[in-house]
Amino acid sequence: MGAGHAHVLYRESDSPVHRLPPEVKIAAMVAFTVAVVATGREAFWAFGAYALLVAVVAALARVSARWLLVRSTIELPFVLFAFALPFLGAGERVDVLGLSLSADGLYGAWNILAKGTLGVWASLLLAATTTTRDLIVGLDRLRCPQILTQIAIFMLRYLDVLVGEARRMRVARLSRGDDPRFLWQLRGFAAGVGALFLRAFERGERVYLAMLSRGYTGRMPETWPGAGAGAATAGQWLVAAAVPVLAGAVAATAAVLT
Amino acid sequence: METLAMHISNGIIDGPVAAAFGVVALAAMAVGVRRGRQDLDDRLAPMAGLVAAFIFAVQMLNFPIFTAGISGHLLGGALAAMLVGPWVGALCIAVVLVVQALVFGDGGVAMLGLNVTNMAVLAVAVAYLLIALLLRVLPRSTTGLAVTAFVAALVSVVVAAMGFVLQYWLGGTADLGGNLAALAGTMAVSHLFIGIGEGLITATTVVTVAKVRPDLVYALRALKPAAPATDATVGGVR
Repeated sequence: MGAGHAHVLYRESDSPVHRLPPEVKIAAMVAFTVAVVATGREAFWAFGAYALLVAVVAALARVSARWLLVRSTIELPFVLFAFALPFLGAGERVDVLGLSLSADGLYGAWNILAKGTLGVWASLLLAATTTTRDLIVGLDRLRCPQILTQIAIFMLRYLDVLVGEARRMRVARLSRGDDPRFLWQLRGFAAGVGALFLRAFERGERVYLAMLSRGYTGRMPETWPGAGAGAATAGQWLVAAAVPVLAGAVAATAAVLT
Repeated sequence: METLAMHISNGIIDGPVAAAFGVVALAAMAVGVRRGRQDLDDRLAPMAGLVAAFIFAVQMLNFPIFTAGISGHLLGGALAAMLVGPWVGALCIAVVLVVQALVFGDGGVAMLGLNVTNMAVLAVAVAYLLIALLLRVLPRSTTGLAVTAFVAALVSVVVAAMGFVLQYWLGGTADLGGNLAALAGTMAVSHLFIGIGEGLITATTVVTVAKVRPDLVYALRALKPAAPATDATVGGVR
């Protein structure tokens, strides 16, 4: 399991954003998202300002706009929901291009699109600059209960175990004359899902016992490499606070103006 | 990786309602952490991790509900309640949701309270209540266990979907008027079908685990705390 801990969204780099300790980035990202969500939907300019902030951080992190946009497609179902709103919404109706649309629905659609997209971008930037391992170190340093970080650590380890066992079982099926194509693969998979779970568990149990015998006590050792030398310094907190503080100022201004 | 967002994203529900449910979720998680600590022994720790990983993987199976533009997906609430118990189970799902929100941008970070309430608290609670009830009522056979898992999974998925409808009614950012009933209907019907799929997966998995390693199924352990370890018919399997 040497590889695979850096998840698919992680962009290997050595930018200033990458070098920030994970707990600082998580806190900044959550605060930024809260500021965005708290902003009134009529304050169109505020969302432009937020997008600008995201763009600055992306540039600092050397994450390309194209990568951000492609990965934003994760939001697609909610975009569809947003497009349905002007037709479903109640209340006053306006005519746009010959269609009778609900004004409230249009605002609602804009609200979902703008806030959803900004939230996804913020998450993507965090994901692109932080490995999952660092993320858990960050959560741990933010005083997240140990039982949660412990579950998270095992979840991330066992994901690889699950994928590996699933691949092995597929190879085993193929080598015994199964010829799965397209949807028919599902049948073989469904029949084997219980077996997959058991196999993965028994392998996972061995991993766990091996960890215990090497001194694991429910918490990863402080010397875990990768997450910077240690907990964040006051200076690093200040640097990272710039983004949420600016976002908070924008949100406050928008609240005063409307 | 072809994944789509499945959880409530930022801006769907307004701030105050999201904050209120955030408090609800935090309180529930605090109880879960306290009770879960007692449950989490050397046998349950790797199981909790695997259940979380399994649910993480299974939640990637995603069914778009085209009519409303919302998508539904498998939850894993019943599976978690069955295998690791209600407390650790709720924590497992909450961990999945937090990691998905932070790393994949799936489900808004500010909406975590709503998502955790629906999927980790509501779904797991309903599933566990049903499991506790049905395991006592139904015959202790493989069929009884399978039916329990199926029903618990099906009902928990629909209840979680209704949780979203309730939250939208309380604080949806766009007023749907009479169409709210339509939203509720769409969510209920579509999640009924998802629930059937979820029920089948849950039942298969739980029955397989119970056959080979009955000691791993928390719900069966809770049912018969004094059962001797050598009793191969725990849960009536075989």
